[in-house]
Amino acid sequence: MLVANLPALQVVLPLIAAPICLLLRRSDRAWLWATIVTWFCLGIAICLLREVLSVGAISYPIGDWAAPIGIEYKIDLLSAFLLVIVSLIGAVVLPYAHASVSSEIPDARIYLFYTMYLLCLCGLLGIAVTGDAFNLFVFLEISSLSSYVLISMGRYRRSLTAAYRYLIMGTVGATFYIIGVGMMYMMTGTLNMADLANRIPAVAETRTIQVAIAFIVVGLSLKLAIFPLHMWLPNAYTFAPSVVTIFLAATATKVAVYALLRMIFTVFGGEPLFVIGEVLMILSVAAMFVGSLVAIYQTNIKRMLAYSSIAQIGYMVLGISFITTTGLAGGIIHLFNHALVKGALFMAVGGMFFRIASVRLDDMAGIGKRMPITTGCFVIAGLGLIGVPLTAGFISKWYLVSAALEKEMWLIAVLILISSLLAVIYIWRVVEVAYFRAPPKRAAVMSEPPLSMLIPLFILTGASIYFGIDASRTVDIAMAAAQFLMIGVAQ
Amino acid sequence: MDQFAGLYNYWIFIVLMMIGFYIVMAQHNLIKKVVGLNIFQVSVFVFYISMSKVEDGSAPIIAEGITVYSNPLPHVLILTAIVVGVATTALALALVVRIRDSYGSIEEDEIEAEERRREKHF
Repeated sequence: MLVANLPALQVVLPLIAAPICLLLRRSDRAWLWATIVTWFCLGIAICLLREVLSVGAISYPIGDWAAPIGIEYKIDLLSAFLLVIVSLIGAVVLPYAHASVSSEIPDARIYLFYTMYLLCLCGLLGIAVTGDAFNLFVFLEISSLSSYVLISMGRYRRSLTAAYRYLIMGTVGATFYIIGVGMMYMMTGTLNMADLANRIPAVAETRTIQVAIAFIVVGLSLKLAIFPLHMWLPNAYTFAPSVVTIFLAATATKVAVYALLRMIFTVFGGEPLFVIGEVLMILSVAAMFVGSLVAIYQTNIKRMLAYSSIAQIGYMVLGISFITTTGLAGGIIHLFNHALVKGALFMAVGGMFFRIASVRLDDMAGIGKRMPITTGCFVIAGLGLIGVPLTAGFISKWYLVSAALEKEMWLIAVLILISSLLAVIYIWRVVEVAYFRAPPKRAAVMSEPPLSMLIPLFILTGASIYFGIDASRTVDIAMAAAQFLMIGVAQ
Repeated sequence: MDQFAGLYNYWIFIVLMMIGFYIVMAQHNLIKKVVGLNIFQVSVFVFYISMSKVEDGSAPIIAEGITVYSNPLPHVLILTAIVVGVATTALALALVVRIRDSYGSIEEDEIEAEERRREKHF
């Protein structure tokens, strides 16, 4: 009974837990409650992934209304994989959050923070489970609205303007998406993704469907922060509380990538890529370079990592734009690896912020000697970002490069390698300041952040190494998911 | 003529959408931006409601002697979208109130000037 309803529970659990969190009031109780709920979510996600691996895709009709009429939750390998990524990050971040949040957010507002955190998690998980195009919009807005609130809870007043800007861009993106969904509904009379996929080929040549594709791709690209639609991202990540930056950087854009994959491959059968594939490829290469180059010149580490995220999103979209199984698998693996690596990097920066109350590069002088563990984790995760062998980043770049070589796009392969070298520069800048510059004389004594923040950092850093050494599991899943997505694509 | 009169609702949708979108991009006043966003969203509501109209169809309430109904589903979808729109507007306005509290302005260029003055801290 309970097992059969896991797909619904995955979403309903955080959704119901959020208002309860609101009633708990006291910050410690709210934190404990949120922690328990997110770890349960992780358990559910792992159960679902195991189920999908053993018996194949799960379809769950909400309220027993059969698929095209009722809303269907559909969990295939890709969505199960994404559920595990999102809930893993969501669960690992919370033990870390206890110390970090209470140092950055006034005590009276902490229970509100965890309420919003659970709602955001609910929205992100919902996007991954749903098989209904309009339902996806609803979950998209649940996650977006709560993330605007989370960002605005930052210490600086600039977090307010960052949240406002993100709200405007995000709402425009989501509205574009429903215009597209409306046009699809006009032509096909259905909102169920599988049903849409069956009916669209008959009307694929009409202008309405082509305009719908354009609206949906642009709308989701805004959420995804594909260059040049990334303007909201750097400020939002820089001024949000550390925990929010970790959580959003590791999950929100990944879920948007997933939504784009779902729409392009499951609904439109990969058709749009033959038209916009080249555009996406050019934009993603531009993102790789612009993001990395701008990152090099930043004096604020959080902003530097935010620009590096824009570059990394470029790699994911590049993988999609190849329209080959290897490329797609590379994109999906990078989605997973980047979640771990960027999560670990932002966690390390959050740990430093916890002690020195600054994220400016100049204030990091000599921090490598005073906080050796945190800085060490930052460097290891940074190696993963660059893509050094034996780290997770190497695996995904390996697949991206081999996808480029498969299609004999030598230039793209070279560009991937060159842009990785740019990552060396901005990570090295931090290393240089942290290890080779003398700490300011009158600096307060620095020590490592508390264990509750270090352990989640170890988990993510360790995972980024583990999945670089033994990548068989992630590669198998990503390959299978990519093959599944490519089935409908006419070669 | 049919191109215009027959698709009257859709022309209105496009005009409203462009007005809203233009305000969002061109206005520097944060409240006006929110208003623009609202017009933009409402245009989509008009679009959905228009497409649910079936020629000669009545309101979707079962009654004797009526066989053709308008499609009720887009109405329901738009009910959801309206709720989302209200929530977005409320949140945006709340943010504007807090921005005004801490910057003393709701003009984007004044806020940016203020931010730039403190840029050295970041």
